[in-house]
Amino acid sequence: MTDEKPEETQKKRDIIKIMNTIDRRIIFLLIALAIILPLVFHLVFTVRASPIVEAIFDKVESLPPGSKVILSFDYGPSTVPENQPMAEAVARHVLHKDLKLYMMAVWATGPPQIDLVKSRVVDVDFPKKVYGKDWINLGYKAGNQGLINAILLDLKGMYTTDIHGTPIDDFEMMRDVANLTDMSLIVCIGSGYPGMREWVQFAGDPGRIPVCGGVTAVEAPLLYPYYPRQLLGLMGGLQGAAEYEATLVTKYPQFIATSEQAVKLMGPQTVAHLVIISFVIIGNIAFFAEKGRQRKGKKA
Amino acid sequence: MKVQIPLIISFIVGIALIIAIFVPHDPFHSMNETFSIYFDLIAVFAFILGGGNLLKVHGDKIYRRAKDWKYSIVTAAGFIIMLVVGALKLGGPPGFTGDVTAEGSWFKFMYDSLFVPLQSTMFSLLAFFVASASYRAFRAKTREATLLLIAAFIILVGRTPLGHYLTGWLPPPLQFLHIPNVSNWILSFPNMAGQRAIMIGISLGIIATSLKMILGIERSYLGGESK
Repeated sequence: MTDEKPEETQKKRDIIKIMNTIDRRIIFLLIALAIILPLVFHLVFTVRASPIVEAIFDKVESLPPGSKVILSFDYGPSTVPENQPMAEAVARHVLHKDLKLYMMAVWATGPPQIDLVKSRVVDVDFPKKVYGKDWINLGYKAGNQGLINAILLDLKGMYTTDIHGTPIDDFEMMRDVANLTDMSLIVCIGSGYPGMREWVQFAGDPGRIPVCGGVTAVEAPLLYPYYPRQLLGLMGGLQGAAEYEATLVTKYPQFIATSEQAVKLMGPQTVAHLVIISFVIIGNIAFFAEKGRQRKGKKA
Repeated sequence: MKVQIPLIISFIVGIALIIAIFVPHDPFHSMNETFSIYFDLIAVFAFILGGGNLLKVHGDKIYRRAKDWKYSIVTAAGFIIMLVVGALKLGGPPGFTGDVTAEGSWFKFMYDSLFVPLQSTMFSLLAFFVASASYRAFRAKTREATLLLIAAFIILVGRTPLGHYLTGWLPPPLQFLHIPNVSNWILSFPNMAGQRAIMIGISLGIIATSLKMILGIERSYLGGESK
């Protein structure tokens, strides 16, 4: 028998009931606040790079000037908050190291993201870089992994013009490119199919070309089986993007003003994670309290 | 003949593709590239098939006044308007070589003002549903569920700077307990082992199904029952 008074037991039961059945609108409201408040108050945390992200940075660092890098935009507007900072940070790093940047997309929604890189990275930080000599926009082509497989052997056969319809051989940086094996590095920024997996399977592995890149946080665990032998490095979600940005800014502080998008967004993400953890803890406390009460009821 | 001819085509193409992949010498090697180009052509035609199917499904729903048929009107109308504006280059640079994505074109306007906000909204809603679902589903009901819960906690904390703040003070001999390190370990070992097992299983399934299709045992792709 318990020594608790009936009112106390009732009160405890009510608290357990409330904890067990929190209205989802309250959860939604708190998540919204967890995102909005850190943005309003500019909550920024220090981000440190993990080895899997550092591997990408180190590879770009190690390439000699003039090396060719493909940056594929395999995502759409929905995953821009996670993918766009990755693409911009890599593009900024590649152009700063005087590497040749070849931008393309195997997603139809990729080219508008390439335009964003042009306006936010090329026009802002590298206005002297010449189109067709230092960077090029090859645009989108249909075919998914079939396209990747085809350009592994014959890139110019598939890309006869750039995105604006100019013949491909008119560009200086395309004259000595025959296929993907002429590339020193493939960077895929993706959020699904076709994406990183297809680049590994149809280009990186058969052509022995280093492949790396970034994907959404949801997709990242699916790609770990390829790391580190077939996948040089991986940026997983916003955290991965923030780690790359942090490494870039540490080495090249001149990019602090333009290259800290993901780092700034890690504040809301961290608080949102804390809110989710708190709700899971509350749910479990209520679950065990309910279980204990049922056990006591059975004994009584 | 209606069945035999597609089966013969499947057999010849299937065998040719296997040879093209496994024999890295010409003419077989270049066959691989040729097949990839054919695949690209087929992929383009798949857009027409996909668009037609979308209109058929939603048109049927509107005609039958099926559940939520009003949403189908929005879907079909949205698809047709985007298609017409894009294909006929309405409100943009004229001619078939005109750029539909040029600044100020109708297509670009619709893409930026409708498509982008709609897609962003859909993805953003995920965060709210994930939070709500985690609260309801993540209960330590069994030993396995408890393990999953602990792993989820470590990943959630490890994938934010919080992990560094909480355990960054650990001395070097205990660095393996540093939350980001534990989080990376979970992703690099238990997760990788599970993912590899799933991938190997799926691959074996695909190989078996492909062989059945090449040999004509599996015929459901022709629209009928498999043998």
